[in-house]
Amino acid sequence: MIAVLKHELSGYFHSLTAYIFSAFLLAFVGIGALIYNIQSAVANFEYVLGYVCLGFVVIIPILTMRVIAEERKQKTDQLLYSLPIRTSQIVVGKYLALLVVYLVPLCIVALYPLIFAQFGEVYLLTSYGSLFAFFVMGAAMIAVGTFISSLTENQGFAAGIAIPVILLNYYSVTLAEYVSATASGSAAALIVIAVLLGLLIRHLTKNQNLAYGISLLIMLAVAVLFFTDSSKFEGLLPDIMTKLSLFERFYTFVNGVFDLTALIYYATVIIFFLFLSVQSLEKRRYN
Amino acid sequence: MIAVEHLTKCYGDFMAVSDLSFEIDEGHVYGFLGPNGAGKSTTMNIMTGCLSATEGHVRINGYDILEEPERAKKTIGYLPEQPPLYMNETPAEYLKFVGEAKGLKGLALKKQIEDVAGQTKIDHVMDRLISNLSKGYRQRVGIAQALLGSPQVIILDEPTVGLDPIQIIEIRDLIRQLGEDHTVILSSHILSEVQAICEKVLIISQGKLVAFDKPENLEKLLLASNGIAFTAEASKEEIDEILPEISRITEWDVKTQEDGLTAVSVRTGSENVKEISRELFFAFADKKKAILEMSSKKANLEDVFIELTEGDNMAVSDALEESGVEVE
Repeated sequence: MIAVLKHELSGYFHSLTAYIFSAFLLAFVGIGALIYNIQSAVANFEYVLGYVCLGFVVIIPILTMRVIAEERKQKTDQLLYSLPIRTSQIVVGKYLALLVVYLVPLCIVALYPLIFAQFGEVYLLTSYGSLFAFFVMGAAMIAVGTFISSLTENQGFAAGIAIPVILLNYYSVTLAEYVSATASGSAAALIVIAVLLGLLIRHLTKNQNLAYGISLLIMLAVAVLFFTDSSKFEGLLPDIMTKLSLFERFYTFVNGVFDLTALIYYATVIIFFLFLSVQSLEKRRYN
Repeated sequence: MIAVEHLTKCYGDFMAVSDLSFEIDEGHVYGFLGPNGAGKSTTMNIMTGCLSATEGHVRINGYDILEEPERAKKTIGYLPEQPPLYMNETPAEYLKFVGEAKGLKGLALKKQIEDVAGQTKIDHVMDRLISNLSKGYRQRVGIAQALLGSPQVIILDEPTVGLDPIQIIEIRDLIRQLGEDHTVILSSHILSEVQAICEKVLIISQGKLVAFDKPENLEKLLLASNGIAFTAEASKEEIDEILPEISRITEWDVKTQEDGLTAVSVRTGSENVKEISRELFFAFADKKKAILEMSSKKANLEDVFIELTEGDNMAVSDALEESGVEVE
């Protein structure tokens, strides 16, 4: 794992990836700080982070698009498979390298509240709490991006999928207001989700019985629950969309609350998508 | 050393490898021979843990490649068909990564990298980008990577494909050297290459093992495909009348040519070709039918290969002649 981590890091810092990513992130945060903290003279640095997190839609895909897709394209994945290391070590090594690349510009950003504190009163606790949450939320999105990169050998395609996925997540709370809140609407949406989940499992495992089995089981459960007590489904879809939003949980930190459940949620997302990435790599062997 | 047991690999409905079993002992150079699409690369990928088998097992030094992959892989160095190189790195950086991933550290790593670079003669290009190296050098970097960690078994998938003749000779010499300290398995569809460097040959066709022996034994096996080819001024019917008179000839193939002559291919097996040629000459002379051209054909590994993989030796000789394949 250490070998993969070192190798990836040297790759990022030898190529432009790390620098472009840092430049984008610093530019977003810099412009945000200029508008909020300097021009409008607002002392809350956390608002800047809340504002610039939309930038993740662009910078996370830039960072993660090549992480696994490029290995496939260059056929270097065969080397990784033949080395005496586990697939999980490969994925975690690559993921940690991405986190380091992400952490470098954040270390620079971490100086901003201290600089602003020289000129007035800054809420350092909320600032750093939010910065920490900003890091963890980004880490969760990097895990999602890593998984998307593992699905294809085309970097452009990986980025093309990751951008709408993150954008959809960003707007999921806004969209939640427009989707049907009725019980039947929610039930229908759950059935669609069950089908999509089945398709994903089929793609990952190539096991049709397992995929359709799980899909049918969820649909059956939804149907049974719907006909016994349909009131439980009322407002369920908007609720799920709000709960799944990575950004919505981050705003809790921006508002000054250090929310442990959000951190657990982010950790779950990270573990889940890294697990899926490992499965996606393993699947290649079973093709 | 390596035991492959009832290996089967299916890609959807297509069976790439079908119930393949063989054992490989320590310290020889083995050749894995088969036409394109025979299942060579698939088998090698399964042996090195890059692919999983649909059924069957591969054991390396007693370790199952799927159940104890780390232990098994430590004893293998693998060069896939396309060398798995990071183009934006130098061989030095690349070998350092592979060495570390194989568990080497510090001085031991440095020394091993120096050793393999010397062995594969890449020491003078260690600081150039791999993307700027020629195909031959990239292949060498790929082999150097496989040698790191001193694995007992080195598996090379078509190591000489796309190289120029001088590079081919150099890589073959290198493989021969490697065979002194390691078990080497290489795949190829070039027969002369396998004949030149391998002590034992596995011939695989349509995912099945069709032969596993020393090259010279395989040739002996196919003595039966020795034969005589001649062109005569006679019709097919006349030839079918004359040939049964020679008791030692049991099988022949007749083809009427455009110029009115007839080309005949006779299978002689292990019989004395000269004597049969003489008998043929007199038999045709008695009937006042001229033989305009006559030559003997000796089976070689090329014929063995095609016969085993396609199973039609008469057609083989014609195909070889037509395509102008050089027979060594």
